[in-house]
Amino acid sequence: MSSYSITEPSSRQKWAAGTLVIVYAVITLLPLVWILTTGFKSPVDAIAYPPKVLFEPSLEGYVNLFTTRTRVTPEQLESLPPPASWYEQIVRNRDMVIAGPSRYGERFLNSVIIGFGSTFLSVFLGTLAAYAFSRFKVPMKDDLLFFILSTRMMPPIAVAIPIFLMFRTLGLSDTHLGMILLYTAVNISLAVWLLKGFIDEIPREYEEAALIDGYTRFQAFYKVVLPQAATGIASTAIFCLIFSWNEYAFAVLLTSGTAQTAPPFIPTIIGVGGQDWPAVAAGATLFLVPVMVFTILLRKHLLRGITFGAVRK
Amino acid sequence: MSEVKLSGLSKAFGDTVAVNQVSLTIANGAFVTLLGPTGAGKTTILRLIAGLEQPDAGDLVIGGRSVVRDTPAQRNVAMVFQQYSLYPHLSVRDNLAFPLRSPLLKTPEDLIDRKVAEVAEVLKISHKLNNRATNLSGGEMQRVSIGRALVRNPAIYLMDEPLSSLDAKLRSDLRIELKRIQASLGATMLYVTHDQIEAMTMATHVGVLDEGRLVQFGSPREIYEDPVNLYVAGRLGQPRINVLPADMFAGAPTGAKTIGLRPEHISQGEGKTCNVRRVEHLGDQIRLHLSLEGHDIVTLSENRMDYEPGDTVAIQPRKPLFFDASGARIA
Repeated sequence: MSSYSITEPSSRQKWAAGTLVIVYAVITLLPLVWILTTGFKSPVDAIAYPPKVLFEPSLEGYVNLFTTRTRVTPEQLESLPPPASWYEQIVRNRDMVIAGPSRYGERFLNSVIIGFGSTFLSVFLGTLAAYAFSRFKVPMKDDLLFFILSTRMMPPIAVAIPIFLMFRTLGLSDTHLGMILLYTAVNISLAVWLLKGFIDEIPREYEEAALIDGYTRFQAFYKVVLPQAATGIASTAIFCLIFSWNEYAFAVLLTSGTAQTAPPFIPTIIGVGGQDWPAVAAGATLFLVPVMVFTILLRKHLLRGITFGAVRK
Repeated sequence: MSEVKLSGLSKAFGDTVAVNQVSLTIANGAFVTLLGPTGAGKTTILRLIAGLEQPDAGDLVIGGRSVVRDTPAQRNVAMVFQQYSLYPHLSVRDNLAFPLRSPLLKTPEDLIDRKVAEVAEVLKISHKLNNRATNLSGGEMQRVSIGRALVRNPAIYLMDEPLSSLDAKLRSDLRIELKRIQASLGATMLYVTHDQIEAMTMATHVGVLDEGRLVQFGSPREIYEDPVNLYVAGRLGQPRINVLPADMFAGAPTGAKTIGLRPEHISQGEGKTCNVRRVEHLGDQIRLHLSLEGHDIVTLSENRMDYEPGDTVAIQPRKPLFFDASGARIA
């Protein structure tokens, strides 16, 4: 047999394809690497030109991210008792002392509450709506589905001002509930459409079998449809989370204190005591972690194929 | 087990009438087979009884109680789907236990284990109990889906061509096994099939459907020997019944348009002479393909073993069935 085959690409083709993928991966990952390394640089190294590839790692960025600090005179510094912790030492090396915790933790927690809250609500409502659209005779079904989709036909921020006024009147401005409802409203169209596609693919016979096996329709939905829609639910949840996690414009407009999420907060770190790029980079790096963990946890559900084969077509 | 009674049951999907005024009584312990081509309404009748479809008209009585307004669960029927419909996210064991765990039955776990083991034994799937339902061959899936019905003790078993996807050997094994189980449980069963052997050997009664109407209902022998019309006559019999002009042989009653002759109802030696076109040796029988006045006739050789294409043979009807122009049986 020669190396030529109709099903297997030649080794040169594989090599070319591999190179292309690697080049693309490097290009897309480079900014991430930049952010990750900047988080561990000292403020001086962070703005060095040409950029330093090799540098002495420092946790100063992370310490600055989580603390607020005040500058003190060398005399005052002398008079203080020796630093009680490694992070206090880092701060004192810059002639400063820790004044208290920063708001990053709170903002991060807000992001978690609002991001996961709206994701849960979108997927929950989306699954129920998608099931109904998929299985029941809904009057004006096509029009309703189009209407749901049409809410995504303009950038959501186009309606920012009416929403701002609405939220102010309803007292939803700068509240967790307000942001959860808003992100859910944006995400739900995506959730309904994605999930309807997945549920459409689950043969009705399974539910019919369950109905005959002595279950109610809701039990059949819960015990038979939901486990098989897990793939769709997982991927929909990831999409919804990524949107609400990263959303910036509404967060800037509608939150300022109590419910402010991390995206509008992170840039404000720059202003605190000079251009503190390592702290910004540290904030951005930590902010990536939950979405990454969530995606990795749901990864096994993303593999298609679990529902195939048990119904003869 | 219960008697199941359909009266004037009708169901249309849009303009298509799937089931048209079907009345039928399935006695307690009876094994009823529904025969008919695709689209005759067989599956719809099963779905109406199961409660997966609502009838447009008519009544359905199971065990003396009208169940038209009941949910499928309340009707306590078991159904085997043609497409297996095993729950793909569950193991074989959990698939079999699924109906027993339902709020309808709420079987204790130790009893579930026993029943599942019993059924798995009968259907020869004991070694696959821990497999995922998707990780089975087609025949195994079909057996699991039969097993899921057999673990229960429902009012009636509904089976939609349950053996159609199995290979010949397994099919004949399971056919005998199913019949044995049905007889030993005294189970009431409604069974849809295309297969003549299944219909003839398993059923106590056969119902023949044509475009949603029940055209004849009776014992397999009645359906075979005494069909009410040409359509029913054509549903059973392999090779198929020969349909010839009524005037080809003497003795046709007035009004007869066609004569139906089953292959084994043609005697050889006297009568009209025809040409042998083809000879098929099947081992236990010899099929002769004859040509008479431009019509093809299939028959079985009665005593001679040595027919060759080109030979001639004289034939005459032995038990002819006569049909009028509309296909209705007149003699």
